[in-house]
Amino acid sequence: MTDSNHIQGRLDWITVGFYVFFIGLGWLNIYSAVYSPDAPLSFSDPAFYDSNAGKQLIWIGTSIILIICVLVIDFRFFESFALFIYLGLLLLLIAVPFLGVTINGSHSWFKFGSATIQPAEFAKTATALLLAKYLNDPLVNLSKFPFQWKVALIILIPMLLIIGSNETGSALVFASFIILLYREGLPGTYPALFIGGIALFVSALLVKAWVILLVLVLLAGLLVLFMPIYMQRDPKTYLRLSGAIAGIMTLALLVDWVVNNVLKEHQRNRIRVLIDPGFDPRGLGYQVTQSKIAIGSGGFWGKGFLGGTQTKFDFVPEQSTDMVFCTIGEEHGFIGVMLMILLFLGFLWRLMYLADLQRSRFARAYGYGLVGILFFHFLVNIGMTIGLMPIMGIPLPFFSYGGSSLWSFTILLFIFLKLDSHRSDMLSR
Amino acid sequence: MFTQRRNLIFLFFGIIGLLFIGKLFFLQVVDDTYEKAADNNAIRKIIQIPFRGEVYDRFGKLIVYNTPVYDLYMIPRKAVVKDTNHFCQVFRVTREYFIKTTQRARAYSRVKPSLFLKHLSKEDFASVQDAMVDFPGFFFETNAFRTYQSRSFSNALGYVAEISPTALVDQKDDYYRQGDYVGISGIESFYEETLRGQRGVKYRMVNSNGVEKGDYKNGSLNINPISGNNLYTSIDLEIQEYADSLMQHKVGSVVAIEPSTGEILAMVSAPSYDASLLTGNNFSNYYQQLALDPMKPLLNRPPSAYYRPGSTFKLVQALVGQQLGFIGPGTVYSHAGAPVKCHVHGPVDLRGAIRVSCNPYFYHAFRKMIYDNTSGDTYERSATGLQRWADLVANFGFGRKLGVDLGNEKKGILPNVDYYNAVYKGEKSWKFSNIYSISIGEGEIVVSPLKMANLAAIIANRGWYIPPHVVKGVGLAKSIDPFYKTPVKVGVEAKYFNVVIDGMQDAVANGTVGPDGKIPDILMVGKTGTSQNQKGKDHSIFIAFAPRDNPKIAIAVFVENAGFGGSAAAPIASLVVEKYLKRKVDRKAVETKFMNMNYLPNAYGGIARKKLAIDSTKK
Repeated sequence: MTDSNHIQGRLDWITVGFYVFFIGLGWLNIYSAVYSPDAPLSFSDPAFYDSNAGKQLIWIGTSIILIICVLVIDFRFFESFALFIYLGLLLLLIAVPFLGVTINGSHSWFKFGSATIQPAEFAKTATALLLAKYLNDPLVNLSKFPFQWKVALIILIPMLLIIGSNETGSALVFASFIILLYREGLPGTYPALFIGGIALFVSALLVKAWVILLVLVLLAGLLVLFMPIYMQRDPKTYLRLSGAIAGIMTLALLVDWVVNNVLKEHQRNRIRVLIDPGFDPRGLGYQVTQSKIAIGSGGFWGKGFLGGTQTKFDFVPEQSTDMVFCTIGEEHGFIGVMLMILLFLGFLWRLMYLADLQRSRFARAYGYGLVGILFFHFLVNIGMTIGLMPIMGIPLPFFSYGGSSLWSFTILLFIFLKLDSHRSDMLSR
Repeated sequence: MFTQRRNLIFLFFGIIGLLFIGKLFFLQVVDDTYEKAADNNAIRKIIQIPFRGEVYDRFGKLIVYNTPVYDLYMIPRKAVVKDTNHFCQVFRVTREYFIKTTQRARAYSRVKPSLFLKHLSKEDFASVQDAMVDFPGFFFETNAFRTYQSRSFSNALGYVAEISPTALVDQKDDYYRQGDYVGISGIESFYEETLRGQRGVKYRMVNSNGVEKGDYKNGSLNINPISGNNLYTSIDLEIQEYADSLMQHKVGSVVAIEPSTGEILAMVSAPSYDASLLTGNNFSNYYQQLALDPMKPLLNRPPSAYYRPGSTFKLVQALVGQQLGFIGPGTVYSHAGAPVKCHVHGPVDLRGAIRVSCNPYFYHAFRKMIYDNTSGDTYERSATGLQRWADLVANFGFGRKLGVDLGNEKKGILPNVDYYNAVYKGEKSWKFSNIYSISIGEGEIVVSPLKMANLAAIIANRGWYIPPHVVKGVGLAKSIDPFYKTPVKVGVEAKYFNVVIDGMQDAVANGTVGPDGKIPDILMVGKTGTSQNQKGKDHSIFIAFAPRDNPKIAIAVFVENAGFGGSAAAPIASLVVEKYLKRKVDRKAVETKFMNMNYLPNAYGGIARKKLAIDSTKK
């Protein structure tokens, strides 16, 4: 096999194109977010490389090195060493509370000189690899419980470790593996229950309990009326339905209790800000209020590159990292963000298309893992800037400033592209 | 296996994507509150108040100008006061004031400037300069104060004060903001739009800490302030001050007009007030005090006070009667058959009637004007005759505004048919016998001193006037509304003026005017008036012009409750005329006598004063 000689030929250049485009746009946004009209920095100025835009340029440069590394490694390495990579990351996650430093309130970073690395960012890649490897065994059937709990274990261990280091946002990303699992045969009930659970949680926060009860009773009534095949009109059915309603109502009532007793103060506040946009606009709601102002002020056409006043003058906290979408919204307007969302969806479509071309289940599962992770970031990051999601420290892939996030997404993506470039060499087992 | 699930997954992605696009469409395109909020965030509008125009007298003497004052601001984050006692000593504030103001500034913003101390004078500003190095975070901004050179002209000038809440709501062009200064009365109010200039606006971008980050849109929206236009008035400040000094201890008005131009030379309203005390921090105290004063110092009497013209109105009767063709120089009446009283003298002709101010004469003349050449019963004839008369009298400016360039000019009352129909509740419900008192300027007719000065100017010009005005030039071009250049004819032929002027000359020489009202070397002609009123003793009125040939000054003097017209008003008018024409007064004894004369006890002494105070508070 002489694959490494022909890697350019087999690399999916469309995906690479998306990647380069996103990185380039992302950098311009970071440049705009830190741009100061009084003192524009030139590339030759050393101070430029202390700014986020300058540092991001360094991160992009090092990402190219990482891409080359990923591409020259033998494609079989990722499957063969998946377990070791996973275990290694678990070790790092365990070590980080003892050896790490605290940045922005989360004690989850390793510091090497001036660079900081967050192992949680890389744990998703390792988990995706191990999940894919596990699913590569043709005997694994996700509709069967023994396999389901092993898969759950693979996901939950790093997730709990990350929650332990106070990075709930990063931990929630692991929920995105449900997309991978669903694609690989997890019964549809699971994602349905998952979405239903979220819907219940949100509606319990937004509306009074009796409204939920009313809706449930109505739904049950409609089921009985229009679905006589599934719902035979006998006492047993009514009993089952009442039981289900009672169960759901109990859960709904539990939501308040969970919010008040399980969640931490700052998490509770983020949810309050979400359900009541006018809540404390100068304090707890400041970030989301300012973010909406920045995006909303962009109008249809935007204020033009470097023309944003809200992001440029630091009204939006974290504007080059988690809130970078604000800059796009303000400077490029509705047209810009709409194109960006459509492009991102196109990108995901392309990745899913590629994943389905894979002959090996390993590569395909990994591909869907990648898609899930990217989608989850997309959902939460944009959602929080426009007030549809609670504020969580989740970056926008390829756009947000930050070495860890850029590196981890680059590695995540290019492992898949490497696998894809060898799809004809891999056998479907 | 499960390949169709890709579509389901992508459907889910697509729904989320659409949801986001929908929400973004709402945020960015539908809802514009965010755009405004963004401007509020990042763009700071800085208003630059221009210097208000200055006011000069006819010889270029400054009457009103701006004094720079200094407002002290602090930026709490930068302000470090190591020695509070020293600071309080330097700025002469109490420790409590320092603590309270600092706390308030901190509560407002730690990074934005807050006003710490208002209106420091130039002297105070200079005295604290050396100490400023010890107080970082404090800085001065220049502001301007209206300063009045002379208090004699306060009423006509008006004053400048913070805009009232109602005026703020009622303004037409939405120019003023709360706390803005605006001309309240007099020419400050009349010429407000030209005096105030054009406010400048700067749009500066600020970051989230309130630190300025340069001009918004490179300053393309900025407007530089333009200073207000100066006003060049026709006031002769020396005469104004002289007339004002004669009016001390008196209530009333002096109005002097240059007949050929309609330019107001002096306009005294007594008592007056100190306009400089109405600026700045004293405003509310001083205003309160003025508003409650029974002598109404805030009332600009020349254009706004109401008086009956008394006998001075006989001049109008003499002119109108001739023009209507009912009387002539040779018309003679005796006292017989008149319900009005007169002094003991024989039948007189028109000239003589003006000299001695004969009431019966003008009763008879007015009766003729009303009844002659009219038909019907006495009621109908009264109505026809009165309207014919009133239409002509109105040309003299009675019952309407002359259009003087001062706020609050009152129309006065010229009773006509409609007026009496309203008073007597219906047509044909009144006739001559109800209205004859207006024949001698009593009864329903009401005028202002300005109108009477204008009457003197009309007679001086023999039949025309230019609308009286205080400002003869605006701005560098010294431009003026053509309205104040255009003569207005009163509709009485010039030949009818001779006998009236002759009568006025006699009145001064050996008629109703006493020796104090005569100027030995100037031929002044005039007419006294005694105005009945409810306040108490009659008001003393005198109107005149001088010299008789080629008149230079027309004047009206009203002294409230001073009695007969010849007693107070005529001497004061003569002194002003003498001063204006000779630039000095030789009759020192008369000058001293009338400067010291005090008529206030006639109306405002003892019980009367208390009662009036109650009346004015009721109002």
